Amino acid sequence: MIQYAVDLPEIDFSYAPPREGERVIQFREALREAMSEEMRRDERIFLMGEEVAEYNGAYKVSQGMLDEFGPKRIIDTPISENGFAGLGIAAAMAGLRPIVEFMSWSFSLVAADQILNNAPKMLYMSGGQWGCPIVFRGNDGAGGQLGSTHSWCVEGLYSNVPGMKMVIPSNPYDAKGLLKTAIRDPDPVFFLESERMLGDRAHVPPEEYYIPFGQARLAREGDACTLVSFGRPVNFCLEAGEALSGQGIEVDVLDMRTIRPLDIDAIVRSVQKTNRIVVVDQCWPFASVASEVMAQICEHAFDWLDAPPVRVNTDDVPTPYAKNLEAAYLPNPEKIIRAVTHLVG
Amino acid sequence: MTQAATRARAGDRPSDRLSDETLLKWLSDMQLIREFETRTMQAYQQAKIGGFCHIYTGQEPVAVGTIQSVQPDDPVITAYRDHGHALARGMDPRACMAEMFGKITGCAKGKGGSMHMFDRPHHLYGGHGIVGAQTPLGAGLAFAARYELEVLGTGKKRVCLCYLGDGALDQGAFHEAQNLASLFGLPVIYIVENNGYSMGTAIHRHTANHEHLLDRARGYGIDAVQIDGFDVLRIYDEFKPFADACREDQRPGFVNLITYRYQGHSMSDPQKYRTKEEVERFKEKDGIASLVHHLMSSEDEGGRGCLSEDEWKQMQREIRERVMDAVRFAEESPEPDVETELYSDVFLNPMPHLSPIRDYVHGAPNPLLADDA
Ligand SMILES: Cc1ncc(C[n+]2csc(CCOP(=O)(O)OP(=O)(O)O)c2C)c(N)n1
Ligand SMILES: [Mg+2]
Repeated sequence: MIQYAVDLPEIDFSYAPPREGERVIQFREALREAMSEEMRRDERIFLMGEEVAEYNGAYKVSQGMLDEFGPKRIIDTPISENGFAGLGIAAAMAGLRPIVEFMSWSFSLVAADQILNNAPKMLYMSGGQWGCPIVFRGNDGAGGQLGSTHSWCVEGLYSNVPGMKMVIPSNPYDAKGLLKTAIRDPDPVFFLESERMLGDRAHVPPEEYYIPFGQARLAREGDACTLVSFGRPVNFCLEAGEALSGQGIEVDVLDMRTIRPLDIDAIVRSVQKTNRIVVVDQCWPFASVASEVMAQICEHAFDWLDAPPVRVNTDDVPTPYAKNLEAAYLPNPEKIIRAVTHLVG
Repeated sequence: MTQAATRARAGDRPSDRLSDETLLKWLSDMQLIREFETRTMQAYQQAKIGGFCHIYTGQEPVAVGTIQSVQPDDPVITAYRDHGHALARGMDPRACMAEMFGKITGCAKGKGGSMHMFDRPHHLYGGHGIVGAQTPLGAGLAFAARYELEVLGTGKKRVCLCYLGDGALDQGAFHEAQNLASLFGLPVIYIVENNGYSMGTAIHRHTANHEHLLDRARGYGIDAVQIDGFDVLRIYDEFKPFADACREDQRPGFVNLITYRYQGHSMSDPQKYRTKEEVERFKEKDGIASLVHHLMSSEDEGGRGCLSEDEWKQMQREIRERVMDAVRFAEESPEPDVETELYSDVFLNPMPHLSPIRDYVHGAPNPLLADDA
C-alpha cells in the first residue's frame, strides 16, 4: 500500500512572519490558502465534505479548489457524516492525508462513533500499528440565530477524549498557520472554525508559515487580571481589554490557539503576575474547557491566586433562537468586563 | 498460489484448478482456527483471557475461502469475531493468543484484546468492536486503494474485504457505507457472515424482509450474491470470480454468506434462543469434515485422494502442538509495562500538555512490525 506516514513532519516553527502587513484577506481565504498550499505539496491530501466541490463550499471556504485540484481530490459527499468520516479515517490509516469538512460541527454528532471511537483510538487499539493522520474541520459555535441543534460548541464534549489534538483559531493569521500544522501532523486533529468569523479580515502573509501546537499567544498585556480564551471569544476579550484599559485596568489576554495540547505554562506565568484569572469559553459551563483550565490552575498556581478563578461561559440552557435571548446567552465583552471588575474591584 | 499441474483436475470449477497442496493448506488453516478457538475457550474459562470473547468455530470456511480468493496485500477488515480472519490472513497464532492474554507480545501489545486484532504486515485493519463501524472503514480502504491508483499513480487494482455479521445489516453506518461505496465506485466487498443470529435475536426478528437481503444491496446498485458457506471449495468457486470482477471493474459487491456459529454469541451466552438439535443439524454440514472427506475420497469418488487417515491425524497433532505452543508463549510472555505502555501509542507525535495527568511517550515497538526498518 501507500508508504505509511509515521515520519514526523520537519517543520521550521521558528519562522513567524510579521502579523502586521499590507495583504488583508478573509478568515475563509486563510483557511483555503492553508489547504491549497499543503495540497500542492502533497498529493496524498484530499478534501472531502458536503458541498465542498461544485458548490464551492457551503461557506465558500473551498471556493475555486475544485478547479485547481479536480474532482478526485476535492470530493462532494452525500449528507452522510458517519459514513464519510469513517471513510476518511480508513483512508488515513491506509496512508492518505484526508481533510474532512463538516458543514458544521453540530452535524458531526451523527458521526460521533467514527470520530471519537475510531480516529483517536486506532493507534492505541492496534498497539502502534496504525495512526490516523486526518483533519476534521468545520464551523463551531452559536451566534447566527440557528437555534439549538445547529449551534453546538463541541470542544467541551470532544476534548474529553484522549488521542486527538484540538485547534481553535481566533483570527485569520493563526488560522492559516495552525491549519497547515494540523495537516502536517500525523495525529487526528479536530479544527474548530466559526461561521461568525469567516468574513473577518486581517493581514495574512502570502508565504508559508506554521504555528506550533501548544503555544498560547499573549494577545494583550497587563497585570491586573489574566483573561484566558480560545476561538471567537478571544476577540470579545480583546474588546473588553480595550474598554477596561480606559478604566485604568490592564489585563493579559491569552489566546490558547489549541485546547489539546493546552499551554498551561503560559497561563501559570500570567497568573503569577496578575494573581487573578477569568476563563472565557463559548461552551456550556459544566465539564467544559473552562472547568479544565480552572482545575489546572488550581493544581499548578493555587498559591498565586488572590481570588477564586472565574468563568464566563454560555448560559446553561439549549441555544435559543430569539436574537435577544441568543445574545444574552453568549459570552460578550460586557460579561467579561463585569467579571474582571468584580475580581479586581 | 501454487498451481501443481500434476494434480490439477479436469473439472471446470475454479477450485478444480487448485493443487492438492493448496487444498491441504486450506484444511490446515481451518483446523488451525478450530483448534485455536478450542484453546481460547479453555483459557477463557481459566480466566486467562478477559473481556468479551467471540468464538469463530463453525464459520472457518468463510474466512479461509474468501481470504484465499484475494491477494495477500488486499486490505481486510472485520468485526469483533475476528480470530478466524486474523489467522486466515496469516497472523502468528502466538501474537493472536498473547493479545488475548493481555501480553506485550500480542499483536496490539495487549492494548486491543480479543475484539481488536490488527496486523499491518498482513493488511488486516482490525478487529472492530462496534457493530457496523467497520463498514465505512471498509469503504475508506477501498477509496485509498483507488486513490493510490488514480491520483498517486503508484498502486494496482485492489479489492477490500469487509466482513460484518447479520446484526450489522441493521446499522445505519452500513447503509451509509453501501451508498458511498456505490456512489464513488469503491472496490469493497461487504461479506455478511450470516449465522442467523444477532446475539440472541434470530434474523427474522432483527431485520426486515430477511429472505431478500440481496435486494437491499441491489437497491444501492451493488452487485449481490448469496453463497452457501459450509464448503470452502464452493465458497472459492463462487466468491473468486465475484471478487475478481469487483477488482477488475473497481466497484463494490455484497455477499450474503450463509454460515453458522457452533458456540454461543460470546463466552457468556446460555443459548436459550436455539435448540441443541439445531446446532447438531448444522454440525452435520461441518466445513472441515466435508473437506477432509473430499480430500480422502478417491478421484473415482469425485474426491482428491490426497489425504490418508494417518496424515490427517498427523496434521491435527501438529496443529495442536502449534496452538499449545501459542498458549505457552502467551502464558510466559510479560505483561505490558505500565510505565511505558499505558501512555504510549496514543499519539504518533506526542507533545507536552496533551494531558493534564502526564506526558505521552513512545513505547515498545509493535512485535509485528519488528522487521519493519
Ligand atoms: C453498536 C453496538 N451495539 C451493540 C453491541 C453489542 N453487540 C455485540 S455483538 C452483537 C450482536 C451482533 O451480531 P452479528 O452482527 O450477527 O455478528 P455475530 O456475533 O453473529 O458474528 C451485539 C448486540 C455492539 N458491540 N455495538
Ligand atoms: Mg450473526
